[in-house]
Amino acid sequence: MDKQALLHRVVSRQGSIVPFTFDGETLEGYSGETILTAILCERAVLRQLEFSTEMRAGFCLMAACQDCWVWTRDGLRLRACSTPLSHGLDLLSTPPIMSEA
Amino acid sequence: MPTIVIIGAGPAGMRAAETISRAGLVPILIDEAPRAGGQGYRTPASGISIDTHKLMGSQSKKYQQLHHDFLSIVSSIDYRPETLVWAIENNTLFTLSHNTIATIQFDCLIVASGATDRVYPMPGWTLPGVFTLGGMQLSLKDQGCAIGKKVVLFGSSPLLPLVALQYKNLGVEIAAICDTTGFAGKISALPSMVFSPGTFLRGLSYLASLTLSRTPLFFGVKPLSIEGDHRVRGIRFLTGSGQEKWIECDGVGLGYGLKPETQIADLAGAVFEPDEDLGLWLPRMDQDGRAGKNLYLAGDGAAIGGADAAEASGKLAALAALSSLGVYCDAKQQTRLQNTVRRLRAFQRGLARAFAPPQQFAETLADETVICRCEAIHAGTIRKALALSHTPPEMNRVKAITRCGMGRCQGRMCAPALQAMIIHHANQSLAQTGRLRGQAPIKPIPLSAAGETAP
Amino acid sequence: MTSSTETIIIGGGLVGVWAAYFLARRGRKVLLLEKGFIGAQSSGVNFGNLRLQGRHPDQYPLSLRSQGIWEQLPELIGDSCEYDRTGHLYCAFNSDEAEKLTAYAAVSRSHDLQIENLDRVSIKQRFPYIGKKVIAATFSARDAVANPRLATPATARAAQAYGAVMIENCEATQIEASDKGFEVHTQHGETWSCLYVINSAGAWAANIAKQFGEDVPAFAAGPPQFVTEPVPYRIVPSIQTIDGSVIARQIPRGNVILAGYPRTASDLAANRAPVPPRKTVAGMAALSEVIPSLRSCHVIRVWSGIEAYLPDMIPIIGPSETTPGLFHAFGFCGHGYQIGPGVGLCLSEWICDGQTPTPLEAFGIGRYRTTIAVSEKFKSEFDAGGANA
Repeated sequence: MDKQALLHRVVSRQGSIVPFTFDGETLEGYSGETILTAILCERAVLRQLEFSTEMRAGFCLMAACQDCWVWTRDGLRLRACSTPLSHGLDLLSTPPIMSEA
Repeated sequence: MPTIVIIGAGPAGMRAAETISRAGLVPILIDEAPRAGGQGYRTPASGISIDTHKLMGSQSKKYQQLHHDFLSIVSSIDYRPETLVWAIENNTLFTLSHNTIATIQFDCLIVASGATDRVYPMPGWTLPGVFTLGGMQLSLKDQGCAIGKKVVLFGSSPLLPLVALQYKNLGVEIAAICDTTGFAGKISALPSMVFSPGTFLRGLSYLASLTLSRTPLFFGVKPLSIEGDHRVRGIRFLTGSGQEKWIECDGVGLGYGLKPETQIADLAGAVFEPDEDLGLWLPRMDQDGRAGKNLYLAGDGAAIGGADAAEASGKLAALAALSSLGVYCDAKQQTRLQNTVRRLRAFQRGLARAFAPPQQFAETLADETVICRCEAIHAGTIRKALALSHTPPEMNRVKAITRCGMGRCQGRMCAPALQAMIIHHANQSLAQTGRLRGQAPIKPIPLSAAGETAP
Repeated sequence: MTSSTETIIIGGGLVGVWAAYFLARRGRKVLLLEKGFIGAQSSGVNFGNLRLQGRHPDQYPLSLRSQGIWEQLPELIGDSCEYDRTGHLYCAFNSDEAEKLTAYAAVSRSHDLQIENLDRVSIKQRFPYIGKKVIAATFSARDAVANPRLATPATARAAQAYGAVMIENCEATQIEASDKGFEVHTQHGETWSCLYVINSAGAWAANIAKQFGEDVPAFAAGPPQFVTEPVPYRIVPSIQTIDGSVIARQIPRGNVILAGYPRTASDLAANRAPVPPRKTVAGMAALSEVIPSLRSCHVIRVWSGIEAYLPDMIPIIGPSETTPGLFHAFGFCGHGYQIGPGVGLCLSEWICDGQTPTPLEAFGIGRYRTTIAVSEKFKSEFDAGGANA
């Protein structure tokens, strides 16, 4: 996976640092950021396309293109561009292996 | 007291809410976003120090006035942010908020759903690092982030130089601005520009300041490809004189003007007509924005007019709604607003003509280009389907056969390209080509919102 | 000027194109008139189920014959249309429903279908994603699915390759019986003469039957359907609860499709089949009970289609009783997709051979000369108030 950031913070932050994990690695973002911003300031992908190994990293950033849905380890789906980052989120670019209850 | 519901808290919805509130009613203002302002006038997320004045230049006064006025009425309206309207049945809205489905009954509905970028695909446009022009701008305005360190802006839009300037002012290198239209197109659109010369001059001044600071500007370019293994490494295009050009970059902003978000108006029963000139299906409405019994449309979601037109049309729709309910009427103000909206929309129409998407797009697009991002449907698949008998050259039939437009975004991103391909294939009008209808849910809704049940 | 052909088919749905296919393959002249586009109504937007278990007892010979056609699609029409022998899991929530399943299974087995009875333990073992609310199920391995969006156009192309003529956007405005057969007038002012007419006009067919003095109480309705975003492919068979609240399948691309009752009346004149949002919500709740792991999955689109229903919930298939040379095939009551190819085959045999080896007496239009008992299914599958709701 490309560990070079796609986005770059160009203005200062007053918010607190918010730790979260993405594909098992611990990353940090800032409060006030979206999941998309926080991930893409550390990595160059958000999700794997369902139909191939192609990786996507969002597109419209205004909740229209639906190309930034990431998974949580619990199997929840979050639209990264419109969901605020919160403490301890455990995010994945691919679906988690689901065990049946 | 009648219930007036406004969908969308951008400049149109905010002004509509204010107008209704000042007339003594309590409108319900529903918005998907957590903060009011829409896309263009969105306030930055908390904790992110953005100098909006520096970012927005001469627009910042209007932005501040709008938010100031909204702040003064927000406590006396029923404002419901983070709420999606996903379906409409008769006079009932179905909403989703914090994973809960609810209904709202309305007597009158004002839809101010805004716009998204109109994009046309090129090979590589799904690579990480490619964003819409609007997205590129939002990343900066809302999140204080640039989409790259060395960025190319590509397409045909008056926003190209504006966004470039915003990026440049924050220290980002603009590797190039590539406009698919030439100078000739812009000059031919000039007559209608006189409707709003101030805006046009402002556009020219952006161009001028970019030129002065030696940003490479290309006019009349033809897209070839965006390239990179796993992310953008550069963009290839033909210059106006036909030379192939490769420019290294790590971010691309792509945009060919704006396209109204009409799904909610569609579900609410608006009638759509083809605008062959703009290449868009637009809701039919009168000069107040009335599109049906108890249905009003305002802002860029009704017809692209820009932020000033959005504010005016929001007020106008609210006044018309109030007078139809017998609550309030100010005929003089209505007339004034009608004139403003008409003038600004005519100007935008001129701009749209000046920045028309490339005509040759559909025929030159390589077969392996992704058209539908959601379903990964390629240009070649669509061409193959169109060549078969019993694939009528109509949007919904081609969608049914190829899955193009069937994904999560319901064709928001691919419809312009699919439309262009069908029109080119059949050599027919937009009217004959049809349109992808809005379908509930207009954005994805989780099964769990139907009520938690034990496994 | 009048052109002539042997058979005119009114309606380019699945039944019409398969009738055209078999007639043309036997070298007969056939013209199909479609008022809109081929396969654009319920043939193209239905759920895509090729279900064998739980059918009407009188329908098995037809149904099995039709399945044989589906199983040979590549050989017959050169396209698999995403046919997939997924099997079908019929689910019961309580002991009453389990008893019904047992009775259905007995009928299926009497027609040599292999049906497995599954208790809660074996359901959990074989289909671990099925929720606890399902206490018993039967599994039929020969049941399958195929993509409805593709099947009708693909069959139409194969029929044309054999010489069938098909005209789209061409409504048959008037059909007159004459001593030499029929004269069919189209909206474009053409007149065709022919010996046989097949009325396979779907939800619009009852109006044609009425013109020939055969009035049946058909009405238009459609099931609410939705599709989810793609999620990892695990649910192979079609899953159906016997109460009809869930009829679901996952396609290998990952999307889960749901259809369910109660059905909703359609607006035939406006060509609209609305999906009431409350039914979508009910379907979402029902699906997450039957397959709990789909809870966080998102619905991305809803739709319905206009189908013709009859009070006894079985179709009309066979010769007209008033007009020699006229054949009816409509009112498939939401289960026409699986039998469509077989019906087309039987219609071609009636025309070419004067008879069909498949027993279809139960489906004759003549049954509507007397009062028809309203089916239990009819009462359970529609909104309170039934057709008039």
